[in-house]
Amino acid sequence: MKRLALAIGLVVLATVPFWIGNSYYTNIAAQILLYAVFALGLNVLVGYAGLVSLGHAGLFGIAAYAGALLINAGAGHFAAILGALGVTLVAAAAFAVLSLRGTGLGFVMITVALGQIVWGIAYRWISLTNGDNGVSIATRPAPFGLSLATAPGFYWASLVVFLVSLGAIAVFAASPFGASLRGTRDQPRRMNALGYHVWMIRFLAFLFSGLWSGVAGMLFLYYNQFVSPQVVALTSSAEVLLMVISGGTGTLLGPIAGAALVVIMKNVASGYIERWNFVLGAIFVAIVIFLPEGLVPGSLRFWRWATARLRRRNTRPATAIAPAPQPKERA
Amino acid sequence: MKALEVQGLDKSFGGLRVTSRVDLAVERGERRLIIGPNGAGKTTLFNLITGELKADRGAIRLFERDITRIPSRRRAHLGLARTYQIITLFPGETLLRNVMLSLLGLSPLRWNPMARLDRQTALLDGARSALARVGLEHLADRPLAQTAYGERRRAEIAMALAQQPKVLLLDEPFAGLSIDERRDVQELLAAIPREVTIVMIEHDMDVALDFAERITVLHFGEIVVEGSRAEVVAHPRTKEIYLGE
Repeated sequence: MKRLALAIGLVVLATVPFWIGNSYYTNIAAQILLYAVFALGLNVLVGYAGLVSLGHAGLFGIAAYAGALLINAGAGHFAAILGALGVTLVAAAAFAVLSLRGTGLGFVMITVALGQIVWGIAYRWISLTNGDNGVSIATRPAPFGLSLATAPGFYWASLVVFLVSLGAIAVFAASPFGASLRGTRDQPRRMNALGYHVWMIRFLAFLFSGLWSGVAGMLFLYYNQFVSPQVVALTSSAEVLLMVISGGTGTLLGPIAGAALVVIMKNVASGYIERWNFVLGAIFVAIVIFLPEGLVPGSLRFWRWATARLRRRNTRPATAIAPAPQPKERA
Repeated sequence: MKALEVQGLDKSFGGLRVTSRVDLAVERGERRLIIGPNGAGKTTLFNLITGELKADRGAIRLFERDITRIPSRRRAHLGLARTYQIITLFPGETLLRNVMLSLLGLSPLRWNPMARLDRQTALLDGARSALARVGLEHLADRPLAQTAYGERRRAEIAMALAQQPKVLLLDEPFAGLSIDERRDVQELLAAIPREVTIVMIEHDMDVALDFAERITVLHFGEIVVEGSRAEVVAHPRTKEIYLGE
């Protein structure tokens, strides 16, 4: 059953460019995938480690800027990608060392500050980053001779990267290290007394999270062939955090659903409603009120409740119209 | 050989002295009871021994090895385990997972990001047998949130026992238990082999008196009386502290 659903999902995802048949919407699907990779990466910290970062757009942007600068300096795509991810990991390590001095609000504030520093560099260090004008790159790569210049080509490349990231994070979450990480989220003191190196576990999780943010940043760079300070602004960090929270933190599918929601609202709803930001805000408020655990876990809960109710009705058809049965007294 | 030795331990929170010149020597295999009224500094003493708090002065030795400066997490690897007065288990996980986390803490496997945790048969078996020791094997797959308070108390002990400690610190293991549950826990503690040295804190003297060979009475961070059960019970200072005479 689960395998069948997985297979159907894969076929549906792989054939998106055919049944959409329109490069505008195929591009939006690619955007969803790249933001899903970003949100999945952030979720490693927010969901599994319980550390809320509001500076992850900094890491995403560092990868994109490093990639763009390396390509413009004459590096090949493969070298640029490796270099950009290397730079991102070093930046993530620096972010982690500084921000892991605190947890809770302290952690959030330090990540905000770090993100703002990256934004300041992107905006003001004009000789390096070209300031407000941003950096463009001329071409997308063509791995194994397959061109990514068309919308379907880029979509499939993004899909491959997305599936790899999803698989890696799924394995990570089910691993002993993943369990250790969730333990440090729930009972850091206890974990320490049990023999775990809480700081190191969080540090490594931060690197892992930063790595996927960097991968998403490279996808973003190739998608737009352009990167500007707006990418590393605080609003970008907040946006991806909202994707994670609205979809459901600490779940595998939540960040994907959140990414889809935000990207669709941004691109599709904005075509019909001028104040699409207002609609997005209203949706977030509705999620917080009705599905506080997020879209995916919240819908699952609703689904279980609805099916349980239906089953109860079916087993007692005569009382179906009668008032709902009183809950049984617990012994 | 002394399993645990504490010498001249001092700890203050601001102007409040919570541990004051505490000396403690627990023999290997001994059962030691530390009693004292609320606020006597019993839990603080445990926190100092496990390294969750840093002492201002003094030394702590585990099997004659100085651990005063060894970080808390390393002390677990040296055979020191504890339970908490306020239950600190992992609420979202099953009882089995709780105990597995305890076992994993001492295993190098805890750094592995690729293996499947629920396929680690050695961990699973170890956790199941630790749960069996406290009589909870039938609840192994139940989420912690759906267990009763008394069961959680026993799960706390299972987590500590799973690590096969040489020295076990029990912080009020009877707190909040019914009379029947207390008897279960008493039997459970009596069944722990003598290789394990046990230091237990108890607020209520009657509950734990049978358990210990030697008793230490702590009051305002200081040791006021120490001796055998009969000596301590008969000592006028004990009566004074407990009855307010």
